[in-house]
Amino acid sequence: MQRIGVFVCWCGSNIAGTVDVQAVSEALKSEPGVVFSTNYQYMCSQAGQQIIIDAIKEHKLTGIVVCSCSPRMHEATFRKTAQAAGLNPYMVEIANIREQCSWIHKDMAVGTEKAIILGRAAVAKVNLNAPLIPGQTPVTKRALVIGGGIAGIQTALDIAEAGFPVDIVEKKPTIGGKMAQIDKTFPTLDCAACILTPKMVDAAQNENIRILSYSEVEEVKGFVGNFNVKIRKKARFVKEDVCTGCGICTEKCPQKKVPNEFNLGMDNRRAVYIPFAQAVPKVATIDADYCTMLKTGKCGLCAKVCTAGAIDYTQKDEIIEEQYGAIVAATGFNPISMDKFDEFAYNQSKDVITSLEFERLTNAAGPTAGKLLRPSDGKHPHTIVFVQCVGSRCSSCAQKGKEYCSKICCMYTAKHAMLTRDKYPDTDVYVFYIDVRTPGKSFDEFYRRAVEEYGVHYIKGMVGKVSPEGDKLMVQASDLLANKQLHIEADLVVLAAAIEPDKTARSLATMLTASMDTNDFFTEAHPKLRPVESPTAGVFLSGTCQGPKDIPETVSQASAAAAKVIGLLAKDKLTGNPCVAHSDELMCNGCSGCEKVCPYGAITYIDKEFRMPDRTTKLRRVAQVNPAVCQGCGACTVACPSGAMDLNGFESAQIIAEVDAICR
Amino acid sequence: MQKITRSDLINKAKELFANGTVNRVLGWKAGEFAYDVTPAVFNSIEDMEKNFVFGDFCNANFSKYLIAETGKSAEKVLVFLKPCDTYSFNQLLTEHRFAREKVYAVGIPCEGMLDIGKIKNLAGDGILEIISGENAVTVKTLYDDDKTLNYADIMVERCLSCKSKKHVAYDELIGEEGDVIDSNRFDEVERIEKMTSDERFAFWQSQLSKCIRCNACRDICPACTCEKCVFDNPKSSVNNKAISDSFEEKMFHIIRAFHVAGRCTDCGECSRVCPQGIPLHLLNRKFIKDINSFYGDYQAGEEEGSRAPLINYTFDDLEPGEAVGRGE
Repeated sequence: MQRIGVFVCWCGSNIAGTVDVQAVSEALKSEPGVVFSTNYQYMCSQAGQQIIIDAIKEHKLTGIVVCSCSPRMHEATFRKTAQAAGLNPYMVEIANIREQCSWIHKDMAVGTEKAIILGRAAVAKVNLNAPLIPGQTPVTKRALVIGGGIAGIQTALDIAEAGFPVDIVEKKPTIGGKMAQIDKTFPTLDCAACILTPKMVDAAQNENIRILSYSEVEEVKGFVGNFNVKIRKKARFVKEDVCTGCGICTEKCPQKKVPNEFNLGMDNRRAVYIPFAQAVPKVATIDADYCTMLKTGKCGLCAKVCTAGAIDYTQKDEIIEEQYGAIVAATGFNPISMDKFDEFAYNQSKDVITSLEFERLTNAAGPTAGKLLRPSDGKHPHTIVFVQCVGSRCSSCAQKGKEYCSKICCMYTAKHAMLTRDKYPDTDVYVFYIDVRTPGKSFDEFYRRAVEEYGVHYIKGMVGKVSPEGDKLMVQASDLLANKQLHIEADLVVLAAAIEPDKTARSLATMLTASMDTNDFFTEAHPKLRPVESPTAGVFLSGTCQGPKDIPETVSQASAAAAKVIGLLAKDKLTGNPCVAHSDELMCNGCSGCEKVCPYGAITYIDKEFRMPDRTTKLRRVAQVNPAVCQGCGACTVACPSGAMDLNGFESAQIIAEVDAICR
Repeated sequence: MQKITRSDLINKAKELFANGTVNRVLGWKAGEFAYDVTPAVFNSIEDMEKNFVFGDFCNANFSKYLIAETGKSAEKVLVFLKPCDTYSFNQLLTEHRFAREKVYAVGIPCEGMLDIGKIKNLAGDGILEIISGENAVTVKTLYDDDKTLNYADIMVERCLSCKSKKHVAYDELIGEEGDVIDSNRFDEVERIEKMTSDERFAFWQSQLSKCIRCNACRDICPACTCEKCVFDNPKSSVNNKAISDSFEEKMFHIIRAFHVAGRCTDCGECSRVCPQGIPLHLLNRKFIKDINSFYGDYQAGEEEGSRAPLINYTFDDLEPGEAVGRGE
């Protein structure tokens, strides 16, 4: 029989405000096994913990129940307390009477009754607790960064700088991400390529960094310190180690009508291509959807002109399997599709473009060589209307767009407006906005310069409709401050499309067992105190996959994630969780149900000889759990039909005892 | 009327005994009456010639017997499997319950088996002999004149909604191979689904209250092969749950249905052996129907090594919230 102590915390008035703590500690005194019960204002304080230590010693307690806040908050604290008093830390149970009780009830009687029931369940469980001792697992000193945009590059560089090998997996043929497509960066107006491409080259040249471009993560197994990842390196039909990046094939390829995704389809590329001049790796890729040779077996021109002999039409996807200690998600963002925003005539007129397309139109390496020309007729636009918040800050009932603020649009629109006025002073520039949000270093000054020095017409109000008429775009909008309707005859309309997480993030989150919010942004372990960690141990977040961010913020978060990864990889061993599964071989049927549901591959089967009661020997297939690999999720215990599989610290009998105590 | 005869099977066994493929046969043995056929192991062809029977009452599914039987000898055992038995056979292989190489499986066609309960209801007691004809049987009894009964009226319930005449596993086939049947097996489930929850509860209460906890359903079930059943294990806590309720049979059968969910091949043995005539297979069929509608058609045992949807994960699995709407 256990000797159990119960410690009810007031948490100031957080618990005591809606729960009669005195009544709870009195009621729990008469539960089976309880020999001591008390309450105190702040159990987690030094004085509170001393009460626990003293009670353990004085009453020779073998287990304790702390009725307090969520175990996520202070379970570790009280386990340490118990340990300090010589008790096994796993003889501690927390009854959560704050988040799950006092905070959600208003009525003292109801709250008290529920707190007693929760305490009773915890006592029932402790009665069946057994001391547990954690094992240790080694840490694989290698990191994986998924996504090769500025976030992934920065994280990888910082990790590599600390001396740990790191792989960048990028699904496109080159790293660089969205920043490579941007022309200038706010608020300093330095050229994006000029500051990004040296970092890309650094990454390529760093001996600790391996870039796996044109590759995707296919499977993730394992756990913190020991992830086992399968990466699909897609066939690019060009030998990466042979190609010199000379580009002759991309000039000679007869298939000229392939929409160029780097320029957002505003011009064409060849079927064999290098996305842009500074691509890393600077290696050609054959687009299998368009290549005549791959489709019909006739052509082969690129192979003929390639002096290095790098073209290989028989190349197949390759699966790379690698071990990692930590994984960083840096999957980035995309502008949302404008299909649902017919009012802006995006699909009707070529001269209605998104802001990212505008970046390409003003970029020297873009489809117009940097001259701002209308996509429809190549003429210089004289009136440009920028529309902010297209798909951002939408009401939830609108059935389109996002509820959140995309955060970067106010600033890049100010940049676009300012640069246009600077280069083409004969252009009239209008910006329609709901609010202008400029909370960042030198941001508001930047925006005011656009208004005050460059004479951009900022108008508070939304554009209601854009209708193409002849070669003009009739923009109908409201000026909320002047309270009047405006009709502007524009040559070009630029939509600040909301940004959303990359579509691959959802399936990646499933593979990583990392959680996401309703918008498919990765959620952080704590929104304030652990902003770069995922709740899944060993998985970290970098850049816009966690939420909308500008470049400075992305880079700081990327470095923060790297710091967390380095902290993890610097350890030689991780203390494991002793709450792992184990199988009762006498009951195991060997059916493999548990093996199939185990997300960590912790279960294997052996054929084992058993001495039977009739003195015969029987060879039976039985499950074995590798405690170093098991993460204690408990999926196997549910799949096991005979109940042979059980989980330390959460045994079926303990759970049922809790349920019984609640239903009593 | 079965299309193959006793002598077809004895001849096959004779051949396999003679060439040393097998050293024993799992087959059906005559009982005191024509209809009380029981499973038995025959160690010689002489034994078979004396006691082996085959006919319209050879209901027993031998798949489960293979677990114990394959453990007894290093040599192969010959087993005769009807189409529905082969599904259980595969399912047990999927769960690694016996060694495939220790079995020589001969698939035999099946025209549906007969239910002695139904025959007794129609022909009365004192049955002396049942003679199988083309479309009907002739029943000779002690008390009355001979009665002629149509097969359709006396077939075992599960055979009336047979799901497959196709063998999904065998080493050798006797007779013609059949097809998977687009059966009406979910009709009864749908009828129960349409009841109000009160009606449904009353229906199951009236049915399950008949249970005498003889455990026949569990003992015959090819999915119930645990080394130690949770209901026999005082430590399992499930055991205590079943008996802590005054309506314990409900708990027993519902827990059992959950344990075999996704593994039940719908062989119908549970209902066939129930001495109280409880339609237990309907609980399992409801699970099969739900699994089909949640995750796409899946038949346990159809393919050896297949992953049941309940212990599998795919990216397009439905979210728990969607299940509530689709399960009704």
